[in-house]
Amino acid sequence: MKMAIFQARTWFSRTFSTVASHPLRVCVVGSGPAGFYTAEKMLKAHQEAQVDIIDRLPTPFGLVRSGVAPDHPETKIVVNQFTRVAQHERCTFFGNVTLGSSVTLPELRELYDVVVLAYGAESDRVLGIPGEDLSGVYAAREFVWWYNGHPNCRYLNPDLKSSDTAVILGQGNVALDVARILLRPTTELASTDIASHALAALEDSSIRKVYLVGRRGPAQAACTAKELREINGIKDLQIHIKEADLLTTPEDEEEMKNNRIRKRVYELLSKAATTRASHPSSDPRELHFVFFRKPDKFLESNERSGHVSGVRLEKTKLIGDRPGERMAAGTGLFEDLGCGIVLKSIGYKSIPVDGLPFDHRKGVVPNIRGRVLRDTSGDPMLLEKGLYVCGWLKRGPTGIIATNLYCAEETVASISEDLKQGVLASSSSSGREGLLQLLDSRNVRVIPFGEWEKIDSEERRLGSLRNKPREKLATWEELQKVATE
Amino acid sequence: MFASKVSRIGVLILKQLSGDKLTSITRAGYNTSSCYNQYLQPLSETKLLRGVIFHKHHLFSTVSASDSSNEGIEQKEKISVTFVDKDGDEIHIKVPTGMSMLEAAHENDIDLEGACEGSIACSTCHVIVMDMDYYNKLEDPTDEENDMLDLAFGLTESSRLGCQVIAKPELDGIRLAIPAATRNFAVDGYVPKPH
Repeated sequence: MKMAIFQARTWFSRTFSTVASHPLRVCVVGSGPAGFYTAEKMLKAHQEAQVDIIDRLPTPFGLVRSGVAPDHPETKIVVNQFTRVAQHERCTFFGNVTLGSSVTLPELRELYDVVVLAYGAESDRVLGIPGEDLSGVYAAREFVWWYNGHPNCRYLNPDLKSSDTAVILGQGNVALDVARILLRPTTELASTDIASHALAALEDSSIRKVYLVGRRGPAQAACTAKELREINGIKDLQIHIKEADLLTTPEDEEEMKNNRIRKRVYELLSKAATTRASHPSSDPRELHFVFFRKPDKFLESNERSGHVSGVRLEKTKLIGDRPGERMAAGTGLFEDLGCGIVLKSIGYKSIPVDGLPFDHRKGVVPNIRGRVLRDTSGDPMLLEKGLYVCGWLKRGPTGIIATNLYCAEETVASISEDLKQGVLASSSSSGREGLLQLLDSRNVRVIPFGEWEKIDSEERRLGSLRNKPREKLATWEELQKVATE
Repeated sequence: MFASKVSRIGVLILKQLSGDKLTSITRAGYNTSSCYNQYLQPLSETKLLRGVIFHKHHLFSTVSASDSSNEGIEQKEKISVTFVDKDGDEIHIKVPTGMSMLEAAHENDIDLEGACEGSIACSTCHVIVMDMDYYNKLEDPTDEENDMLDLAFGLTESSRLGCQVIAKPELDGIRLAIPAATRNFAVDGYVPKPH
């Protein structure tokens, strides 16, 4: 009852609060870190700005919810800040609204003075080698979405039973996250917000050996120290690295001298290689770092047609002499690595929507400091007026949550400049009202932030029953049901 | 669940009473009330209560926030700290010994991010100590802090996480710059190395 009154008041104060007579209508597409930081900075920089954030999911926070590993709860604390942004009186969240189908980009640009696209990278780079379509070969993103309860991957059902070996292609932080989830004792995962379907599958998993395959060496490994330190600390996990791979060349030394992360990662890898478990374990697990190898083809199982049984790897050597830019080249020497599951962790990829200029080679929207350009020629005069990008769609799928802070700062600075120069102006466009009318006419059931809060409460309630911080609702049906009932 | 309700009510009251001071006040309130327990442990009533009291305190009293959060602190010494914000403006504040620079920034409405609220899981409270002499007075960063600094935007030789710089008498007069996407810094006594 009290709740209802307060909700009503919130609604009241939002509806009739004193906004400028000509508000600047801003729409941010995507509610991950890039979207929320953009919204926050817009609200701060422009008192007349009214910011609507749309997301295709009923749930906000993007990769903080579906990307950050369940055993990294501290990293997710940032949702407190994003929640305060969403509750800001000049900010509104609309979930369940998909750019491209619920509303098109031209429509959105018509409705709003400023549109900032921050919808990230929801697809994957491909290797383009034979056998990539075999069953048992997954993108790491799908696996991550699966254990994080993303409704699109609820029924992925990765095969963790047919073999004791998994191969992960790539050695970045996503690869390490995935390796950790596969190898960490499930008793430790049970108290996290991991999706229950994933926990059950992992409890039943036969995977005891994980190979992390990288094209280059330990001096070039793409992961960061925190994740590596964590791996080193997993109970009963034996880490294997070939001693010969740890030998460095003068070029490696040069690279590390100028790169703090690479140097510290190398040191941790060296340390891991020399640390041996002091006591025999009842359930030993192995993690093998395989350096200087690139996948050549996926091998098909003889017994199970259409299913992967291993990866053929080609040995590589580094060529080129510019520090940080040396490439791995094949040597013509091959070896096979048997496994029952392969997770490709070689990078995410953004997907363009209709009407959006896109650089397919780089996988980003062509832009200058967040201003969208009409094509990839780089001509700064060919601007898409009122259209901006932030986050992975702007700079490619790298970096950490904090990277988006600076990315958003830059995009918002561009918007502010354009406003000052008169390139942009708040107009009589109908913004939020027009969007809601349009969505209503298309029978799109918008999920506002208040309904996300119902999902949030329910997830916490379900979690408390199982001693977890939350139990994620992982199907579209459950999410919709709890939101709207 | 209850916590979020209470905080929301708190926020709402604040919204109605405090006008444009809103962001900073709610931010401080959340920091002390509901940040950790949300993920790491089930809520305890006491914590909840403290959160509420904290909100109230901010609302109805005019004493500075540092007095309200910890009774012991007011007897302690305060040091002078200067923040140089993203626009290059200098902000002079007094910080009681024992308080982190992240907390101090938030108590004083200084625009320093703290995405993980001081749990050393992000690098958003990155500050640059603008004088090497002061930097050298700090204890060495732990591995965990260094892991985060690895990823900090615009890292310098005198970078630290604001949540790990704790006020102590020797630091009186320290100057801290908040890195911005649009600016570079000169640190006294430090010659930048090319990357």
